[in-house]
Amino acid sequence: MRASIDFLLNGERVSLAAEDPTRTLLTWLRESRRLVGTKEGCAEGDCGACTVVLAERDAGGGLSYQPANSCILFLGALDGREVITVEALKRGSTLHPAQQAMVDCHGSQCGFCTPGFVMALYAHYKDERHELGDALAGNLCRCTGYQPILAAGARMQELRKDESAENSARAARLAALPDESTLIRTSNQRLFAPTSIDELAAYLVEHPRATILAGGTDLGLAVTKAHRDLDDVVYIGRVAELKAIQTGDPLQIGAAVALAEAHAHLGAIHADIGELLRRFGGAQVRACGTLAGNVANGSPIGDSMPVLLALNAELELQRGSQRRVVPLSGFYSGYRKSVLQPGEFIRSVRVPPLEPGARFAAYKLSKRFDQDISGVCAAFHVGVDGTTRFGFGGMAATPARARHAEAAYSGGIEAACSALAQDFKPLSDQRASAWYRLTAAQNLLRKFHARVAPRALLELEA
Amino acid sequence: MKPERLPNWENSGGVHEALAHDSAELHVSGEARYVDDLAEPPGTLYASLGMSSETCAEVRAIDLDPVRRAPGVVAVVAAGDIPGRNNVGPVIADEPVFATDRVEFRGQPLFAVAATSMELARRAARLARVDYRPLEPVITIEQALAKGQFVLPTLKIGRGERRPAGSAMRLAGKLRCGGQEHFYLEGQVALAIPGERDEMQLYSSTQHPTEIQHLAAAALDVPDAAVTVELRRLGGGFGGKETQAAVYAIAAALLARATGRPVKLRADRDDDIVGTGKRHDFLYEYDAGFDEAGRIEALDLMLASRCGISADLSGAVNDRAVFHCDNAYFLPNLRITSHRCKTNTVSNTAFRGFGGPQGMFAIEGVIAAIARRLGLDPLDVRLRNLYGDAPRSVTHYGMTLRDNVLPELLAELETRSDYRARRARINQWNVSHALIKRGMALTPVKFGIAYTATQMNQGGALVHLYTDGSVHLNHGGTEMGQGLFIKVAQIVAEEFSIDIARVHITATSTGKVPNTSPTAASSGTDINGEAARAACRTLKERLAGYCAGAYGVKPEQVLFAANEVRIGNAKRLEFAQLVREAYQARVSLSATGYWRTPEIHFDRNAFQGEPFYYFAYGAAVSEVAIDTLTGESRLLRADLLHDVGRSLNPAIDRGQIEGGFIQGMGWLTMEELVWDAKGALLTHAPSTYKIPVASDCPPQFNVWLWERGQNVRDVAYRSKAVGEPPLMLALSVFHAIYDAVGSTRASRDPVPLEAPATPENILRALHALAH
Repeated sequence: MRASIDFLLNGERVSLAAEDPTRTLLTWLRESRRLVGTKEGCAEGDCGACTVVLAERDAGGGLSYQPANSCILFLGALDGREVITVEALKRGSTLHPAQQAMVDCHGSQCGFCTPGFVMALYAHYKDERHELGDALAGNLCRCTGYQPILAAGARMQELRKDESAENSARAARLAALPDESTLIRTSNQRLFAPTSIDELAAYLVEHPRATILAGGTDLGLAVTKAHRDLDDVVYIGRVAELKAIQTGDPLQIGAAVALAEAHAHLGAIHADIGELLRRFGGAQVRACGTLAGNVANGSPIGDSMPVLLALNAELELQRGSQRRVVPLSGFYSGYRKSVLQPGEFIRSVRVPPLEPGARFAAYKLSKRFDQDISGVCAAFHVGVDGTTRFGFGGMAATPARARHAEAAYSGGIEAACSALAQDFKPLSDQRASAWYRLTAAQNLLRKFHARVAPRALLELEA
Repeated sequence: MKPERLPNWENSGGVHEALAHDSAELHVSGEARYVDDLAEPPGTLYASLGMSSETCAEVRAIDLDPVRRAPGVVAVVAAGDIPGRNNVGPVIADEPVFATDRVEFRGQPLFAVAATSMELARRAARLARVDYRPLEPVITIEQALAKGQFVLPTLKIGRGERRPAGSAMRLAGKLRCGGQEHFYLEGQVALAIPGERDEMQLYSSTQHPTEIQHLAAAALDVPDAAVTVELRRLGGGFGGKETQAAVYAIAAALLARATGRPVKLRADRDDDIVGTGKRHDFLYEYDAGFDEAGRIEALDLMLASRCGISADLSGAVNDRAVFHCDNAYFLPNLRITSHRCKTNTVSNTAFRGFGGPQGMFAIEGVIAAIARRLGLDPLDVRLRNLYGDAPRSVTHYGMTLRDNVLPELLAELETRSDYRARRARINQWNVSHALIKRGMALTPVKFGIAYTATQMNQGGALVHLYTDGSVHLNHGGTEMGQGLFIKVAQIVAEEFSIDIARVHITATSTGKVPNTSPTAASSGTDINGEAARAACRTLKERLAGYCAGAYGVKPEQVLFAANEVRIGNAKRLEFAQLVREAYQARVSLSATGYWRTPEIHFDRNAFQGEPFYYFAYGAAVSEVAIDTLTGESRLLRADLLHDVGRSLNPAIDRGQIEGGFIQGMGWLTMEELVWDAKGALLTHAPSTYKIPVASDCPPQFNVWLWERGQNVRDVAYRSKAVGEPPLMLALSVFHAIYDAVGSTRASRDPVPLEAPATPENILRALHALAH
């Protein structure tokens, strides 16, 4: 058992034993290491100004490079990874292609968002899984109107250099980091980062009030905005069993699997799910945030739950050595409340495949298409036998099925739309009014019925 | 093409070149230093503001003991601890630094606390026990109008005798547009370092260092001369750091004075959004009389804006709305009533365009309604109402347009954007598609350049020459990303005919150039560039005078070209050699420069005069699609043609045009400020307040500088101000959505679409039109 957080910072080995493990990476970089190139824009993971890149070894023995919002990333979650900041990119007086391209294309004006954009571009340069626009959707710029930054994304590829030697050296450094469980105690806090599920289960039985930390994309705000003291934290990001994805029927997504990693598997079930996850947070949030975390957090506007409800997904729960499986539709007992017992945790999300011949669609309505939180989110499933499952977010205190509308659907689309008003009495808030939520929810059902794809508007050309 | 240069005598980096931003390499490498990045002196404390949790209340008592006792706390200051004036009001002294017996908006500062860490300061700031007696707040424009509650007396102006009732056609209605949060990426921040005796060095992220200096000196009760405000760059301003930076700088200065230690105050983003003013939202009522071709014959217009608790800059903002409610159109008979409503919300302030966008929003809404009533293409109605030859060339405030390029520019954009053919295709699409509708609009912009407060139209600069031939450049403008510093450096390089690499750009400081105007009103390059040019000319005269004496030529035979100086026909000196010789000859190598905008004048009482030096023009065509079931919209294509005169730096200018357009699109589409009925701002973070991201850019985005552009005024090498005008090109996006919504119903009623055109507002307009 270790008693330190061990990671790499720009190639340098760091071992922290006395730092509060829920201190954010950003404050540590800026205040303790005087690395002030990384900026604070919002301290809630919504602007990308603080973007750093996290490198780690992936399951296939290669390296993964992911962008992350350092403002809400706890030091405890760095264990076993390398943090790459903007200061590390320039070699002597030579800018990295991601930097040079931004200069060439006039991609900076006030420059405050620029280090974050450079790091998002750098992550994309290292790991081009998504389109450039998606790679940049987690970064806000108020000056440029983005044209020159998008141009820089293309220009960067023309400047591409061979970095294989650097990658190999990094892989070797990462492999040399210790990987046994670690328990950090400071005057204020305790953080346990087990590497096996048995240790995790035993610890949670002993410490049922401990806060489970996975990606921290929501929990981070408890520290930066609510100024809460999280005195007992369990970090599950090093538990091998929870980082696994098992394909098959059902698809099992471990509780520590990041949304970015689950994306391709879930997107394979139906294109609409891929599209919904594309619009889930920014790349930085998807790289850290987990599917199980979204579910466990239980926000009524969490974007994954309507889809999971429509697919009839289940959760595998564990307490001590006891496991049980509950349907997601029975998981929530109230606003941000669930049937999880003290000491119990989500082990995996089990997603069945789409039945052959079933009709499915998922829609998200928000003020901004990308990186926004839903006003209304809906997923519809109609099996060949006529069974209906309509999952909704933003319509009630929890994500929920529309049971009346489901039952009424066989009687026609308008009957189902009327029944939806029995299912939900939504609230008015800053995202949408009750009128809009209900009207738009009914209209989404009509769109599903009329087989209108969610991307119909996005794919239009002038 | 370079003026005033000899053939084959090139230096690099003069005017009209598309140079990169001077800090571009520092931005991308993370080496550019903002206020929060500066090395902190030992013993620096961190501060936080204690803010009101009530919207409108009498403050019976404030108990700050729990704050003082909190871990890490070193000092607390409230109103009673201010040695001098408790005021941040820039024009009228009507807003305190710290509230005393009454709070007027939720988030109003009550006190400030300094502690040994930022976290401890922020935690302590929440511990005050305040005894409030809540009073009934006034939140909306309608509530303020009903109560007759204003921050300034209502303005009424007009010209012409004819009223709308005298026209063949008449239309009346209401319009509304929302406000806008600046969302500069770098939040409000200040670092105060106490010096000897009463001196205070302030590093502040501000567009108006002089005002910070004056307000901080008044609060500290020390002479202005004891306070120096300095900054190298801001991480975005957009008007949000003109007056709004003051409270943070003053609070830091007060705590620094109280403790004798350096104090940094950096606002948390949520506190920043709650605590700082925004673009004013407006409500309008219009009554228009027009002929059957759509020409406006008479217009009555009421504008009412939400100003918040104090006047701040609301007088000038609303005046600019009044100046621009004609946009590009001749309005022969016009009556305007402008209400500046007082509400229990944060005091609204400058924001790129400064009321101009809101003025234009009104008239463009009227034009669109008229076009709909007459069944005409709105473009034709716009063209028919444009300013033209006398007598159709005089604005409602008595200024004659001498540089109106819009008829020409609009014709060119109509052609380049293929407007008429696309209009036909869109109509065709809308006939054959029930769910997704398309719309398009071409809107012009005419924007007056100069501060309407005439005394502010002056700039200063300070230029030193060193004996190695390098140049120290300083002026009163601030760099917030707009490229001001590189443009002024280009002017200096051009004047001396030296490589721009020799020009060293330095931080703005009230100690170097005093009594500066804010970097605002798009005027930064004009006033500071011309001031720097004047300083260069003074130095060149001295150098030429030296050459004349030393080499026996006339001063006019001394020619600066390509890093050299030609003295008569025979002698050449490298620039640095000349400077060294001049030093040896005891020639002063430091000069100030000064410029004031000539010829402008304005009589506020009569609301008549020539308040603007010239106008900037542009136009845009936007095409959108909307989903009629959800109200979602998407910008498919935008074509922008903008007049920057002879561009000083086409790369910088293009950046201003594109960036301004997207920012304006955000204002009119997705950016929505929501207050609840009790006056709490619900959209106080990027999770709830959405500015555009990269994917909101149109897939087809054509941006052209107007090649024939030429400022009629001899200023800044005949370039034109570009900071604000392009924002208003985004009115074309709103009106394209208006057009798409209107296509769903053949009625001739106006489309009841409010800005921002969020999915919800679009769906509401669709429903209202259908029922």
